[in-house]
Amino acid sequence: MLDTVVVIGTDGLIYAAWLFLIALGLSLIYGVLRVLNIAHGSFYALGAYGAASLIGLYGRQDLWLYGIYLMLPLAALAVGGTVGPLVERGVLRWMYAREPVYQLLATYALFLIFEDLVKLIWGVDPIYAYAPYTLLGEVSIGAITYPAYSLLLIGTAVVVGVLVGVFIRRSRTGRVVVAMIEDPEMSTALGVDVPRMSVLAFTLGTVLAALGGAMTAPMIAVMPGIGAEVIVLAFAVVVIGGLGSLEGAAIGALLIGLLRAATVHLIPVLELFVIYLVMALVLILRPRGLWGRLEIRRL
Amino acid sequence: MRIRQGGWFIILLVILFSSLGLGPSGFSQAPAPTGAPAQLKVGIVTFLSGAAAAPFGVPSRNAAELLIEQLNAGSVPKPYDRPGIGGVPLRAVYVDEAGGAERQVAELRRLVLEEKVDFVIGYISSADCLAVAPVAEELKVLTVLFDCGTNRIFEERAYRYVFRTSAHQVIDSIGLARYLLKVRPQVRTVAGLNQNYAWGQDSWNTFREALLKLKPDVKVVSEQFPKLFAGEFSTEISALLAARPEFIHSSFWGGDLEGFTIQMMPRRLHRRSLIAFTPGEPMLPRLGRDVPPGIIVGARGPHGPFAPNTPLNQWFVRAYRDRYGIRPVYASYHMAQALLGVKAAFEKAMASREGQWPTIDQVIAAFEYLEFETPSGPIRMAIGKGHQAVEPVAYGVTGPYDPQQKEVRLTNVMTFPAECVNPPEGVKSEDWIRQGFPGARCP
Amino acid sequence: MNSRGILVGGLSFVGLGVMGFVLPQWTVFLLSLALARGLAALSVALLMRAGLVSFGQSLFFATGAYGAAFLIRLFGVREAVVLLVGAVVASMALAALAGLWIARYREIFFAMLSLAFTMILYGWLLKAYWITGGTDGMRIPPPTVLGVAWPIDRLRTVLYLVTLGCTGLALGLTHLFLEAPLGYAVRAVRDNEIRLEYLGSSVGQVVYWTYVLAAGLAGLGGVLMALNVGHVDPQLAYWTTAGEFVFITLLGGTESVLAPFLGAVLFEFFRTYALKYAPYTWQMALGGMMLLLVLFMPRGLWTLRHLRFRKAVS
Repeated sequence: MLDTVVVIGTDGLIYAAWLFLIALGLSLIYGVLRVLNIAHGSFYALGAYGAASLIGLYGRQDLWLYGIYLMLPLAALAVGGTVGPLVERGVLRWMYAREPVYQLLATYALFLIFEDLVKLIWGVDPIYAYAPYTLLGEVSIGAITYPAYSLLLIGTAVVVGVLVGVFIRRSRTGRVVVAMIEDPEMSTALGVDVPRMSVLAFTLGTVLAALGGAMTAPMIAVMPGIGAEVIVLAFAVVVIGGLGSLEGAAIGALLIGLLRAATVHLIPVLELFVIYLVMALVLILRPRGLWGRLEIRRL
Repeated sequence: MRIRQGGWFIILLVILFSSLGLGPSGFSQAPAPTGAPAQLKVGIVTFLSGAAAAPFGVPSRNAAELLIEQLNAGSVPKPYDRPGIGGVPLRAVYVDEAGGAERQVAELRRLVLEEKVDFVIGYISSADCLAVAPVAEELKVLTVLFDCGTNRIFEERAYRYVFRTSAHQVIDSIGLARYLLKVRPQVRTVAGLNQNYAWGQDSWNTFREALLKLKPDVKVVSEQFPKLFAGEFSTEISALLAARPEFIHSSFWGGDLEGFTIQMMPRRLHRRSLIAFTPGEPMLPRLGRDVPPGIIVGARGPHGPFAPNTPLNQWFVRAYRDRYGIRPVYASYHMAQALLGVKAAFEKAMASREGQWPTIDQVIAAFEYLEFETPSGPIRMAIGKGHQAVEPVAYGVTGPYDPQQKEVRLTNVMTFPAECVNPPEGVKSEDWIRQGFPGARCP
Repeated sequence: MNSRGILVGGLSFVGLGVMGFVLPQWTVFLLSLALARGLAALSVALLMRAGLVSFGQSLFFATGAYGAAFLIRLFGVREAVVLLVGAVVASMALAALAGLWIARYREIFFAMLSLAFTMILYGWLLKAYWITGGTDGMRIPPPTVLGVAWPIDRLRTVLYLVTLGCTGLALGLTHLFLEAPLGYAVRAVRDNEIRLEYLGSSVGQVVYWTYVLAAGLAGLGGVLMALNVGHVDPQLAYWTTAGEFVFITLLGGTESVLAPFLGAVLFEFFRTYALKYAPYTWQMALGGMMLLLVLFMPRGLWTLRHLRFRKAVS
């Protein structure tokens, strides 16, 4: 019995860490810019591809073995830092005055474009970059062996969460970002440099999405289509946790992670439903999410 | 309400767009073949994008390109050395199988009615096969399903114009059950790890039914059905590690298969349990030396490493490798079976008419119950009223890496003949299993 | 109501009907699909009039399609008219139920809840595969139309005419609805809900009945799609299908009830030729077109008409 609880808890944490890394960027971008960014999946995929390429490159040189892990945040920064500002200034900037549905469709269009762009750059064949995954060895938790990389994943999620939290709470820029989330009109009235903040916020979100992809790359076959799968997952986490909230993303990720782990171990048939049922339930019972800040109009 | 202008606008646009659809042949129907045509146009439908492209779609397209080019040049070994099909050159039109069943139904109509292909070879996805077969029947176009796995096609309906030149997934499942009982006759606990869609569900159900029929005291300790393309399986691996089955059945393919293999290796799942991947063969040349030892791998029939060492197969492997730098995988073999089957059918029909170009009915009559040679060995269109092929199935266990072949070698290879793993003519697979495989001839 | 408008509208439909006999067969088939999808887009447009964006009309589209499939499988129904009515009734019944919750939400929450609902149906269709066939889907055998078992080469044209007829009927009903007080209330909901409440209407009721009507339209589209294609599968309920409907609506515009059909026809043909001429980059082509539209023509291509008239006047 205790064994089962330990296994479910560990699995839940690992999956939650993964979800958190994937979903945080989406939540942030929505909170600040009120844009539901469907291209989030593309940034994830680009981060994964970038990391896979960098890992391959690094592995061919004869450098410090564990330096390969530096490729992961490097890929995230490289991808997010270039694509983020490009997309925000190039496309989204023109859409803020429009109704939300147009912004949504613009990001969906971008997603479609990136899907084929990735194929043009990296080809259709899968890329493997699992050296970082196997390098750290295994660790036993309870009766089950886990790859130590999973612990790295959890650690990364915690570190990222703390860093973003500190940035938002303590730094001046961060507090401006929070202000923009809470009350966009007032922020503008108080003289916030909205364009600059927008680029910043969007790029932060993109870097986070790419980091999610980069951390995932050593575990999977990196191939076209991986972006599409995470969109709905990230979306569900953010809805459940509350749009625009860091704590919400963490809570949402934990909830889904643990619930899914329990389902897989105990009643595997329900696995597919669980996430959408919870999402629908939360929307009906507490629409702004478990930790959300945004107001909803409901009659 | 400005319906008036709107209405005309729509009509104008529809006319504009349909004019794009009008080729030089205008509205005419395809002419009935009287003498031999100048060329034979074949529509080839396979996944050129999406997750199924890399393991199946692109290898099958490569095989088609190679074979059509070689057939036209007359360079294929006997008995296929006659150029083209019956001397008529082949020309292929490639269509991406993406977009779902509804899109493929529309694409088939376009292939037949706009591109005016003479026959169609295609379809990897079972959903597409099931949707497209009735349409092929309605359009009266010879359609050869080359890869999809569902056994439902000819077990639910009889078709005249539709053929399938490869065996369905039942051979994988029954074959694996028998293989397991040969290598682990005392097996007690099994688990399933299959993708949550029809292919995974059917594969698991058939395997479980077959195994429980052959050894009723086996216990199923876990049935995992992760979402298709989930990519991340750490929870499922934990569940399987905790359940401790002696054997794990999996019909995983593509990115899921490779991701799962990468993720489970450091956790040594393959050492705790004997794992089998029924369509695992395409991962062998790609993961190379990183394929873990001690895993059971199938190729959905006598394909790839299980293919016989005939001159035809040697030629096929060499020609494919020379052109594409990598050996052909089972999807390539399936495509070869389809193309060569059509050629054999046409030429047999011509032979019985002293070299005159056959009608579609004569080709169909020749194709039914046909037996023809392929790089996979002889293929017999034995069931489904002569429209469905039967094949033997083989499994092997991964062993040491072979640097010459650039992939791991397979040991403990066992082949189960077609009469052992295919239901006989007129019997549904699930009935055959339930009745205890009457008439099966197994080693 | 402009009676001349109705006359010309009716003549346009007769014209389209005649084209069913004149145009090449596969173009007619594509048109049928476009019309079916256009109905789903119309349902999105209707909800947009109320200021709601639905990413879940695929729920009713799939319900219509599978409703027909189950009527055939469980009750042996073969008549197209019965299937059509049954599918629409099923969709509207489901909407009457779901609407009890969803019609109380607005904006992004409405969109998200509609998406969640359609994905729940998708999950169920996939999972209950011993009933629904899972991803293999279910077959729709050729139906009888008005009691007649048409020979297969005639059936395509007959189904096209049925599709066209149903579309015309749906269009007419929707138009009547929008010209009725309830229809005006729908637009008022979008403009200013609170004021509407003060005027004495129940906003909740307006949205609820609009939602149910929209579901009927989408369900009709779904069953027409099923009859024409002959096959249904869970992909009909996936959120990307709903996304396509939204895109088609934006492509055409929401100004007129005919606009979504313009979008649907264009989309269908564009997608077919993108697949044909750019087999490796058709997604990019589609995305590019979407982006251009959203940036430069957000009110849809229907607005091109205005440009013509403006030039004529000046």
